[in-house]
Formats: sequence, structure tokens, C-alpha cells
Amino acid sequence: MITSVDIRSEHQPAGLEGQGFFATNLDKVVGLARANSLWPLPFATSCCGIEFMATMASHYDLSRFGMERLSFSPRQADLLMVMGTISKKMGPILRQVYEQMAEPKWVLSMGACASSGGIFDTYSVLQGIDRIIPVDVYIPGCPPRPEQVLDGILKIQELAKSEGRNRRESPEYKAMLAKYGLE
Amino acid sequence: MRGVSGNIGQTFATATEVTEQKDYSILNLGPTHPATHGIFQNVLTMDGELIVKAVPTIGYIHRAFEKLAEHRPYNQITPITDRLNYCSSPINNMGWHMTVEKLIGCEVPKRAQYLRVIIMELSRITDHIVCDTVIAVDTGAMTGFLYLFQWREKIYEIFEEICGARLTTNIGRIGGMERDFNEKAWAKLHAFMKEFPAALHEFDKLVTRNRIFIDRTMKCGAISAEKALAFGFTGPNLRAAGVDYDVRVMNPYSSYQDFEFDIPVGTNGDTYDRYMVRLEEMWQSMRIIEQAIKNMPDGKFHAEVPEFYLPPKEDVYSKMEALIYHFKIVMGETDVPKGEVYHSVEGGNGELGFYLISDGGRTPYRLHFRRPCYIYYQAYSSMIEGGMLSDAILTMSSMNVIAGELDA
Amino acid sequence: MHHELEPSASTSIIELHDHVKETLVSKFGTSLIRSQIDYDFPVFIIEKNAVHDILSFLKNDEGMKYDFLTTMCGIHYPENKGEEFALMYQLHNMQKNHRIRIKTFMSTADINMPTITDIWLTANWMEREAFDFYGFKFSGHPDLRRILNMDEMNYHPMRKEYALEDAGRDDKADKYFGR
Repeated sequence: MITSVDIRSEHQPAGLEGQGFFATNLDKVVGLARANSLWPLPFATSCCGIEFMATMASHYDLSRFGMERLSFSPRQADLLMVMGTISKKMGPILRQVYEQMAEPKWVLSMGACASSGGIFDTYSVLQGIDRIIPVDVYIPGCPPRPEQVLDGILKIQELAKSEGRNRRESPEYKAMLAKYGLE
Repeated sequence: MRGVSGNIGQTFATATEVTEQKDYSILNLGPTHPATHGIFQNVLTMDGELIVKAVPTIGYIHRAFEKLAEHRPYNQITPITDRLNYCSSPINNMGWHMTVEKLIGCEVPKRAQYLRVIIMELSRITDHIVCDTVIAVDTGAMTGFLYLFQWREKIYEIFEEICGARLTTNIGRIGGMERDFNEKAWAKLHAFMKEFPAALHEFDKLVTRNRIFIDRTMKCGAISAEKALAFGFTGPNLRAAGVDYDVRVMNPYSSYQDFEFDIPVGTNGDTYDRYMVRLEEMWQSMRIIEQAIKNMPDGKFHAEVPEFYLPPKEDVYSKMEALIYHFKIVMGETDVPKGEVYHSVEGGNGELGFYLISDGGRTPYRLHFRRPCYIYYQAYSSMIEGGMLSDAILTMSSMNVIAGELDA
Repeated sequence: MHHELEPSASTSIIELHDHVKETLVSKFGTSLIRSQIDYDFPVFIIEKNAVHDILSFLKNDEGMKYDFLTTMCGIHYPENKGEEFALMYQLHNMQKNHRIRIKTFMSTADINMPTITDIWLTANWMEREAFDFYGFKFSGHPDLRRILNMDEMNYHPMRKEYALEDAGRDDKADKYFGR
């Protein structure tokens, strides 16, 4: 017979537990829900996109982390995963996709090209997407192995879990957006 | 009969005979779109579901490879060629190495050539797996994708044993291979050859004679052989249209003349034929790999070209000449003979050509890539005009347009 | 309809070169400036104004039948005064498996060429790429505009006088990159 001692939940937020109830901060509950049900937007442009396909496939399975449903529409997405080289021609489109997403949103820059231009130090390549949009997590690699991609996603989940609910309204966040020319 | 998509559109246009002004809508397909596998844009003028006019725009991932190649020494260009058709990077690498070997007049030993053939055919299998499973995904069949991508992981493991990388491999060196296959690589290769046929059979049974798949893909995006040749098609797209042009047979390189294999050819040049040609090519690639393993000659895995091929470390630490060669190769200070050479290989998508002009310096004077995707994508708008939108998506995924090769 | 191609036993490259050279000289005279063999390709240097006629002849003539345009590209030789720009065309006769290369030179002052899209449909985007990279103007081209670079770009980047790196970048210090 299973008693309450046999079942333990790991990584449980601190709180008050009793018979049939568990009380904790609203922030922590919201964080848990957000972190484990992110809907990513795979903005795949080049080779990193193929490694993302490998991460999404059954061997490295992205849906274990709650990302079963990929959203190609920015209006319904939480996490913008920029995978691959962004050229200057593509920059305005990336910016428009970022602006179409609703708060809270996170940005993951996968690969060397998205983080800093990579090996393409040329006239046509944007040297890093953080020139035009704010980025939360950078994953280095060319292309990064699926394990590295999962590591980056876990870091995004940490960010989503620990973010305060009012962060997006705070003056610091708004100042950061203003720096990029977004409002 | 259901599913004869192109024809239904024509029938409606004549049957209704609308006399008032047509109200066309403009639909922007891409550059970010779940079903366009890569970033290219098509602005479609639509009459309901019918496409009246398609205007493509490419260049969204133009990374200036040709200009970049003028500023990098010859062995540093291999990682750039990786990123052309990144689904089958080893073929690009080998093609580049063969071009440089042609320029410097280097003869690669037989063993290295056979090892190269095994690697090239494995990467052809990975490329065709991506294309065929994605055609199935675009018709709604996700299962084939999940099943076969496991096997791509197995091929990636083999590449990792040989060169350390999965996708952008930088495999091989000018003059041969950087190392022989080790025990584990051979073991993994044998295991793959034993187990993959069953998986490919499974995918075949799931998709090839599936009623829905056939209805969706037959007569979809067809192109005739004459038009395909006029547009410069090569590779599986041309073979699906009925022309048996394969660079491995026409201008054999790297000992392909020693191997016996068939060239699958289609009849209509439609999506179903392109799918079938690629499926059959995977079987032929397996055949070639079996023959290469069976007849693998002994010998060295690289040629004696000390100006281009790194000398062994013991020599670098003890002999002056080897030290100097090592230094020059790593710093990219090797001068290359003057000349103008063109070499082509059969890539996953067709004839991948390298036109190299060397002026005697450490970097190429001009390097032009003959990219098959760029050349055959021109025909895309004429292939989809008059058809339905869903057919346009299938046509695009069956043509296997890889954005890296399209824009370079 | 299946097109059966047979990789023919290779006519020696020298015979091929001589045969094509004779034919071109007899039909076009001095429009063929010179010819040579580079590695395994016969190369024919022709006058700019004869390019369209010669290529059309090479495609359609029964004895030539170079019906496949493999590739074409532009080249910039800034040191060759008077002949700074070149265009290279590679033709392939698939039935007999013969490949040849045609080159033509022109000076910076006059980089206008007739288009060959009426001969091969595939030349459409190849010429756009040459225009985008070097600035060649192909008269008669149905849609000559930039293809790979941004439309707003106001220079032709593959020319040798322009740098590879973006002039305005401020996050990479050249001294660390050996430039």
C-alpha cells in the first residue's frame, strides 16, 4: 500500500503542505506551468535547423520537455528559437516575427551564426541576432549537438520558472526594449 | 478519380466561364513558413486555391561563400563547402578536395578513393532520408520521419567515429583521408548495413503504395524531360523526368567506374517519381557501399603531398622539413600552382560543380560553385502555376530545395 | 519518353578541341580569338559581340549539339587593363559527353552583353547572379534585378575592390583577425 511517504516530488517549490493541499507562492506555480509548457517557434534558417530536426526526432526527443507542439505562428508562440545564419536581408523579417509575439516571450539563439555571425564575417550576414532583438540564451556550436540544444532549453526553462510575474512591466525591461527600438 | 489535383483546377476554370472581373488575392508564402523547408519567399497571386502567378525571392541566407572563398586558404574552404548542401556535407567536402587534387595533379590511392565512396554514399542516404520523409510529412504522415531519423542518427555516429562531427563534417583532406576507419567505425558500418534495409522496407511499405500518398503526389508538379534539360536540372529531379544523367557514370571520379549500380529513372517527373527515384537511389547506395566494403583495397589512406597533407606528428617534432610543412599548412601559407579547373560530383541534388581559378597564391582567385538547387529552383514558379496551393507545397519539398545551396 | 545517354568512350580532349576550333573558325572567323586546353577542358576565347551567335550555333548545330548549359559565371581581373571583366560559360553535349568552356573578356567601360535566356532557359538566374555580383548588364533579359543580395545594395560586391567584411561592423577588432 502506498503511503504519502513513498511518493515524493522532486524540485518542488518551498511551501506549506497538508492533507490534500499545498500552498506556495503564485509566482512559483506560474513559473512551473510556464516552464514546462513552452511553445517554441522554430525559426530555422540553415544547418542548425537540421540539428534541431534531429533534436525534435525520437532519439533526443524535445517533447519530453513539454515542447510537443511547435508553433509556427508567432502569435501563439512563447519561445523564439533562432537557428541558423541570419542575413541582413532576413533581419527585418526576424524583427517582425519577434514583435508579433506576445509577452512573456523568450529568445534562444542557437549556433554560432545566430549568436555572432559565426564563420561568416561577410558583408551580407548579420553579426549576431542580438543586434536587432534581445536574446535570453545563447547556444554556441556549429552546429551544436542536440545535447547542447537541450541544455540551452533547460536554461530557458530555468529562466521561465524563476521570472517574476511583473518583470515584463518593470522599468528595467522597458528600458532594455527601448535600447533595441522596440516598445 | 480523386486527387488528380492539377486537372481539377483546369476543369473548373473552363466549366464556370466567369465573365465578370476576377478578384485575385495575394498570398505571401514564406520566408518563414512551416512547410517551406528553408527560407525562400514566393508571392503567389491566387484565384481561390489556384495559383495564377508565383514570384520567387531568394537570398535570405546569402552568406557570400564565393567572396569568402577568395579570402581563405584552400584547406580552410572545406568547412565552407560543408554548409552548401548541409544535409550531405561529406559529398561537398570530397568534391572540393577532388577539385584541388585535380589542380595540383595529385593521384589519391585506391583505398582512400574507396573510403571516400563509402562516405559519399552514406551521406547521399542521409540526404534522401530527409527529402523522402519530409515529402511524407507534408502529406500528413509524420511516422516515416520519426522512424527514419533514428537511422540518420546511426549514420551520424559513423561520421563521428571518422571525423568527430555529425552534420558539418569537414571530412577528408586534400590528398586523401585524415585517418583510416577505426575498429568502431567498421563495426558501426556493418551494423548499419545489416539493420537499415529492414527499416527502409518498413518506410517503403508505409508510404509507397499508400492510397492517400499516391493520390496526393501523382501528377503533382510534373515537368517534362525537355523542359527539365532546358532549365538545367540535374540529379534526382532530372532522373525523375526521364533522363538518366548521373555524373558518377558520365564522368566517373574516385573509382566509381569500379562499382556496379543502377540509375533509377522516372517517367512523369512528378512528385511521386521524385520520391520513388530517391527511395530507389538509397537502395543503390547501399549496394555501392556493400561492394566497397567487400573489395576494399589495402594501402595508404592518403597521397604523398606534404605541401597539403599534414605530416605525422613524430616527423613534425623531429624533422625540419616536416615542421615547416606543418607550419605552412596550418597557417595557410601554401602556394598552389596556377590554373583553371572545373570538377563536378554527383551531389544529393545533382551536379555539384566547383570552378576554381588559382593565380598561384595562397587563396583562390575565383571560386564559383555550380549549385544544383539554385539552378533548378528557377523552374519552380512554372511548375506550380495553374496548380493548387497544397500541390505547390508538395512540389517544393519533393524538389529538395536546401537553402544553403540555393543562396550560398 | 526515356532519353538514353551513353557515356561514350572519351574522344581525346585534343581531338575535341581541334574539331570545335576548326568549326568555329570556319563559321565565325576571327570572332574566335584564341583557344587552349585547361586540364580536361577545351577553352575557347571569343569576342563579346559574337557570344550570342556562337552559343546559339553550338547549341543548335547538328554537329555540335551542346544542348546543356552547365554553368556560367563572371570573373573580375582588375590587373588586365582593357579586359577587366570576363564571363565564362560551360557547355555540355550530353549525348556524346563532351564538355567545353567559352570565355569572353570585356573592359570596365562596356560590360553590356546580349542575354542568352532565349537559348537556354537556365541562363535566367545565372545572368541575374552575374549582374548582382559584378554588374554585367544583359540586354534582353526578362527580369534583370538583384537576386541574392538585398535590393537596396548599391554596389556589386564580388568586384575585387570591395572588402569581404562589412565596413560598418564594430564588434570585431581587425587586429585579432589578422587583417
